[in-house]
Amino acid sequence: MKNDNRNPIIAIEDSIVQVRDLNLFYGTSQALFNLNFDIPRNKVTALIGPSGCGKSTFIRCINRMNDLVACVNINGSIQLDQQDIFDKSVDVIDLRRKIGMVFQKSNPFPKSIYENVIYGLRIGGVTEKPVLEEAAELSLKRSALWDEVKDRLHQSAMGLSGGQMQRLCIARAIAVSPEIILMDEPCSALDPRSTAHIEELIRELNGEYTIIIVTHNMQQASRVSDFTAFLYEGELIEFGKTTDLFTVPVKKATEDYITGRFG
Amino acid sequence: MKSKYWREGEPFIWGSGAALALILLLTLSLLVVIFKNGMGVFWVSPLSHLEMKDGSTLMGEVVQSSVMSKRDDETRSQLKISNRDLYSLDFKWVTDSDVKQVTYPQDAILIERHEYGNFVGFLSSVALQNQPALPPGEYDTLLAGLDDVKAKMPELDGVKSQISDLNYRVESLDHKLAKLRFRGEEQSDDFHQLTMQKELLQAEFDTLVVTLDALQARLVQNTARFTDANGTMLTIPLSGMVRVYKPNSLSFFGKVSLYLQKVWELFFDEPRESNTEGGLFPAIFGTVMLIIVMAIFSFPLGVISGVYLREYARDGFLVRLVRIAVNNLAGIPSIVYGIFGLAFFVYGIGSSIDQIFFPAQLPAPTFGTGGILWASLTLGLLTIPVVIVSTEEALGAIPGGLRESSYALGATKFQTLTRILIPMASPGIMTGFILAMARAAGEVAPLMITGVVKLAPSLALDGQFPFFHLNRKFMHLGFHIYDIGFQSPNVEAAKPMVFVTTLLLLGIVVALTSTAIFMRNSMKKKFAIAD
Repeated sequence: MKNDNRNPIIAIEDSIVQVRDLNLFYGTSQALFNLNFDIPRNKVTALIGPSGCGKSTFIRCINRMNDLVACVNINGSIQLDQQDIFDKSVDVIDLRRKIGMVFQKSNPFPKSIYENVIYGLRIGGVTEKPVLEEAAELSLKRSALWDEVKDRLHQSAMGLSGGQMQRLCIARAIAVSPEIILMDEPCSALDPRSTAHIEELIRELNGEYTIIIVTHNMQQASRVSDFTAFLYEGELIEFGKTTDLFTVPVKKATEDYITGRFG
Repeated sequence: MKSKYWREGEPFIWGSGAALALILLLTLSLLVVIFKNGMGVFWVSPLSHLEMKDGSTLMGEVVQSSVMSKRDDETRSQLKISNRDLYSLDFKWVTDSDVKQVTYPQDAILIERHEYGNFVGFLSSVALQNQPALPPGEYDTLLAGLDDVKAKMPELDGVKSQISDLNYRVESLDHKLAKLRFRGEEQSDDFHQLTMQKELLQAEFDTLVVTLDALQARLVQNTARFTDANGTMLTIPLSGMVRVYKPNSLSFFGKVSLYLQKVWELFFDEPRESNTEGGLFPAIFGTVMLIIVMAIFSFPLGVISGVYLREYARDGFLVRLVRIAVNNLAGIPSIVYGIFGLAFFVYGIGSSIDQIFFPAQLPAPTFGTGGILWASLTLGLLTIPVVIVSTEEALGAIPGGLRESSYALGATKFQTLTRILIPMASPGIMTGFILAMARAAGEVAPLMITGVVKLAPSLALDGQFPFFHLNRKFMHLGFHIYDIGFQSPNVEAAKPMVFVTTLLLLGIVVALTSTAIFMRNSMKKKFAIAD
């Protein structure tokens, strides 16, 4: 407990998202308590913590996926580009275009690989074929899938392996040129090799996109992220540079968690 | 040992297997009965010539045999002796011990006629109206004469169709006249013009009728004389004959060719002899059209309701109530739907349509009476619950992750529905269609009070403008089974047709559903998701 007087939350100079006094309730039970922190622009931020600590709930706030769940109540604010995303004037469709998301279970649509990648553009009203084709190629290259699928773009995405599917989901998210990519445990259903692939991809995308990744795997967090936030029972315990958090954690709870004493 | 036997559920496996086997057995025996009786109807069976011990003779096909009494081993046979115009009954039971001798005369002849059922007997002479050079032998002369008469039939049919065309035109003129009269415009130019037109048509009609009568009179002059087994003479005009053959001297291929001819007739011809003979074309047509019209009305409605219930309606007490109600709708007896259809569609909507659009024809109803449209809508009501439930279930089975992915990419609910959810749910929705179609094809009760008839004079779809006549009454295979099986004056003669009709109805259901299953499988392949 010797370090407890230090501030467990560091200030970020160039932040893209500012979370302020965020509380979230599922009906009457509170899931997030008074979260306050900034997410750095074009960096990878990892959210770690034991199951049920609110990591997924939190990132689902950022693109307002929780709107789809009945009986969720949110107060506080999340600022994106100086605009509160919960404000009534914000169009949730526009917001989600700015914020891509990759889920734990890879879930390509039952369409061709090509149609999967350009789905976001199509529903956004893009119809010019050259634009779509270029976007598809670029996104697939970005997500390191191009070489594997370039000869079968028009075959069903269901023929891909688990790791390929997950990279396809990343390509699909990238295709609409989002500012932020949310990743909710993107590797938890994958084998080690595919996991390595995805991690490499995250490192490559680092610097171009703001990535927020939820993970159970502490090694993964330390490998891919620049910043790490540790959540525990709905509260933000500690937030800082990944290197600092894993080597000199401020809070006792953080240290216990990353050394494997609980969680 | 014993406890392990029970613990591992061995008896349960046997029990469930046995239950399935029992069901399969029942279904199979039903199919065997239908197939055995239905497929054999058109196969030519030999004519037996029976000399009785009392000196009389009988001739006909043996239809069935049965044991009269177990004690003294007496058997009896049922004989189809035909010749309804001579004997008034065309079936007869004969005790086998009364028979002295059975022969199969080679020159016994069977005539399928347009009236009075079949004739069985022997040919004695042929009288043709303008005797050309005919091949020798009375039988060949008869066949040639019959071909000649049949060759003239198209001419006759042409005149008949002209007459029915004229009839239709006169009828529509009558409608227009009635409309004018209804408006009190009996002195207007239009009215006079129409009356003139009608008179012209009437004149044309009269000439055509004269032509037809002349043609028919000429044809009737071609006759042939026959004797039955007892030597009674009978003269039959060639135009009254459908088909003539000698069952006992037919080769195997001759029988096959006759069989195929009769099957063709079944599919593409009109019924005759109060539906116990001839084809089933109007009934097949009515059945298929009924199902198609039903599908056009009920499937889109059912799918849209299912989508609303699952995707848009906020899950609560009311939605649950609606869902229970929809599920229970499927359990209401179909006759109740029929009564509802009669009251709501026929007397409610139909009568209103008549009052608004066809007031001049009243009190003769146009839409205010049973018709294929109302029957289809009634069946639609009956099948909508199935479609709604299957749509809801198919949508519910789509993993939530796919919806979320779509929303996360900035799709609206509508885009997600039309681009992801409905295509993915389509195989499940198709399953609902298949069930609905099979159920609709098999329903009879609601049709009986909403527009099915024993014999429809014209089809609901024909060459006369506006082509679709959805107010017309129609024939239906299911009703046909009931009608000829239980309402026919000559039940024995109708029995084979009951099996044939059943077989045909089964065939249509199988054809429709397998088309749908084929479509569903290709959809399944297209929209399958990996686990």
